[in-house]
Amino acid sequence: MDPAPIPTPLLRFEGIDKAFDGVKVLRSVSFDILPGRTLGLVGENGAGKSTLMNILGGNLRPDAGRMVWAQSPYSPQSPADAARTGIAFVHQELNLFPNLSIAENLSLTRFPTHGPFPWIDRKALHHRARELLGRVGLDAPPEMPVERLSAGERQLVELAAALGTQAQLLILDEPTTSLSAREIGRFFELLARLRSDGLTLLFISHALADVLRHCDDIVVLRDGAVAAAGRVTDFDVPKVVQRMVGRDLAQIFPQSRRSPTSPHPSGPPLLDVRHLSQPGILDDISFQLHHGEILGLAGLMGAGRSELARILFGLDPCRNGVVLLNGIPLPSGPRQRLKAGMAFLTEDRRTDGLCLEASIADNLTLVGLRRFVRNALGWLNRPGLADTVRTLRGAVRVTPSARDSQPVRTLSGGNQQKVILAKWLVTQPRLLILDEPTRGIDIGAKFEIYQLIRQLADDGAGILIISSELEELIGLCDRALVMARGRLRDNIPRAEFSQERILQAALPA
Amino acid sequence: MGGSRGQESTVSRSNAHPGPYYPVTASLSPAEQGGFDRLLRSEYFVLILAVGCFLILAPFAPGLATTGNLESILTLLLPLLLLSVGQSFVLLTGGIDLSIASTVGLTSVLGALAVNLDQGWFGPTAWAVPASIALMVAAGIGVGLLNGLAVVALRMPAFIVTLTSMMFVGGCAIWLTQSKGVGNLPASFNALGGRTAIALPLTVLAAAAAHLALGRTLFGRWLYAVGHNSRTARVSGVPTAAVAVAAYALSGLFAAFASVLLTGQAETGSPVAGQRLLLDAIAAAVIGGVSLFGGKGTIQGVFFGVLFVRILDNSLNLIGLSYFAIMIVKGCAIVFAAWLDAWKTRRPLVRSA
Repeated sequence: MDPAPIPTPLLRFEGIDKAFDGVKVLRSVSFDILPGRTLGLVGENGAGKSTLMNILGGNLRPDAGRMVWAQSPYSPQSPADAARTGIAFVHQELNLFPNLSIAENLSLTRFPTHGPFPWIDRKALHHRARELLGRVGLDAPPEMPVERLSAGERQLVELAAALGTQAQLLILDEPTTSLSAREIGRFFELLARLRSDGLTLLFISHALADVLRHCDDIVVLRDGAVAAAGRVTDFDVPKVVQRMVGRDLAQIFPQSRRSPTSPHPSGPPLLDVRHLSQPGILDDISFQLHHGEILGLAGLMGAGRSELARILFGLDPCRNGVVLLNGIPLPSGPRQRLKAGMAFLTEDRRTDGLCLEASIADNLTLVGLRRFVRNALGWLNRPGLADTVRTLRGAVRVTPSARDSQPVRTLSGGNQQKVILAKWLVTQPRLLILDEPTRGIDIGAKFEIYQLIRQLADDGAGILIISSELEELIGLCDRALVMARGRLRDNIPRAEFSQERILQAALPA
Repeated sequence: MGGSRGQESTVSRSNAHPGPYYPVTASLSPAEQGGFDRLLRSEYFVLILAVGCFLILAPFAPGLATTGNLESILTLLLPLLLLSVGQSFVLLTGGIDLSIASTVGLTSVLGALAVNLDQGWFGPTAWAVPASIALMVAAGIGVGLLNGLAVVALRMPAFIVTLTSMMFVGGCAIWLTQSKGVGNLPASFNALGGRTAIALPLTVLAAAAAHLALGRTLFGRWLYAVGHNSRTARVSGVPTAAVAVAAYALSGLFAAFASVLLTGQAETGSPVAGQRLLLDAIAAAVIGGVSLFGGKGTIQGVFFGVLFVRILDNSLNLIGLSYFAIMIVKGCAIVFAAWLDAWKTRRPLVRSA
């Protein structure tokens, strides 16, 4: 694992080509990963990062080109080959078994046994686990089942597992999307330590500022080809963005049509939350949301923001407190709130935002189906539905090449999110609650979603947006609430926005 | 800053959704697919199998192609179709109804006891037959509602709930008649099931209604949505509990319909009337393309599946295979159907990175 005295590349891609269905997904991709350095790989969804990683990891074979590992040809036929060569992946979606303990997860492929007998040597198992946990700095008992760990802790376990394979090249795919601010800090400290140990890292992320801050080199993919490569010191975020999307995004956050100094429309607030409490989750939450206002909700993981959103939409019960929509108390249950004009984009689009196996058209029309019922038998107006699908796809600009009948899981994350947003638009909601609407989405799709949100607000809807990205909150919102441990800590108008103030309020006292 | 709720598992995958580095096999566009590929994916594949089975086995099965035998195929096909259609509603929600055979038995017994010419509850009056049928239908729906409420309100797995009701309902049926059949039923009642000229249009009507309900109505869309992802459906305003309960109620209803036919054909109310049909009904639905995971399947496919199972059963019988041999063949067919379902799901379209 010592870096070579002359910097020959640890891994080299030479002219990698790959096509699916006649569509070229990778075009002559060539770049080097130098030993002991950290390479950041960035690109929009659909740029080819996953395909390239599949090829690297032995899941796919390239149509043309080759890979070279430490000067010998490298063509893995399976993930086992990649692992044997010394490549370890830490995926964005963690591959741990929540019902097993940390120690069991860490040694899943090679349990230490008592001699030749197939009894597991628990002492050795835990010893190994403690050793690996020490390397990543996770202070948790090895017997603890993984399901009791937070997202950040689980990721450290995955990292420990990767280190346990004696890998020389560690590939980190979107490692920070589910982490709290403190965990992100810890994570990068750990990375710095690993780098000084001589480990080579490939860091894939949409958090461009992080990439520029913590990597040595950078490669930008666009439409399957290398759009830019070089040392991180030669790049800044706007330049990277420009290479990623091929055009200048003059402003990532669209400006409001209304003049910036005009106050919000007067009158009763759209949403009036009074003393909402649920033991163990929320503690006396009170705030207001006005028509045409984009209200941000910031806070660390576990602060209760998603829980608040679910309670507001009626998915979870709430013991105390009153919520008024346009001065009228909210009816119970999501169906009634939907009818009252509310919409809710959940945090995890895959588990409760989409029917993944259903078609794009079915997903788009799901919320608004009732409006197309012709008679008491429930007979549907199918031409009307087809028209609506067309209109919605155009309104949010879902990938034009995708057919309406395609299952929605074939779309990229950004397009999936747009489908979810579009399906709610059918009901012309007056109040939208968006929980992490741009998580795991590339910059181009983010921009489009920001525009849609701004448009909706300018048309008079009230928007409550939960986000963990401070730049997003600061750029998009008119006002920001900060929650910590179930309580509302701060209410910041746009003029007083600052990262420090938000973080300060978000940290538990 | 992160956003996940701490306690909930972050490992949340839908059944067929691949992880980030899913081993993607090279997928072909429809134009590039070979003929065999297209055949397997065609919605008429099972129909072709059914017809093919008939033609291939005809030389070996004496009397397969006679009118008498064809009528015999049809006679058992109709109640099986009704059972499979009912089962499909439940399968589409991702559940299963193991109690349909017992429901058939219970309703058969209730109907016979009510319409019986000797000591029937409704006596030999003019309205006895319609009233008895109404009783059967009500009982079928009742069992279905109990199943549905247990699954939804008590949040118990469908397998366990319907297994339990299968035993309970079956036991009730046997108790009601002390294990004896109830004969001597009025001719008008028997004609409903016994005369194909009446049974056929009634069955077609019921199946067509189901087909339209699934394909063209709000309820149908809701049912598919609940089967695909009930959490998404709930967030999107679908009354998931009511839809699920309705699916079980419909299964019970169609079991009652099947029972009307079977009781009429046998001219006897029997507590074990539908006993051998449970597995056939599920097999036919699965072979016909109804996914056990929910969200996929059509009545047309179910019909093809029923046709195939019926023809297979009949022709293997005529060839002279034993009961066990036939079960083995049927089992292989189900396994093949399930594999085909999984294979079709696994062949992905281009997945954006």
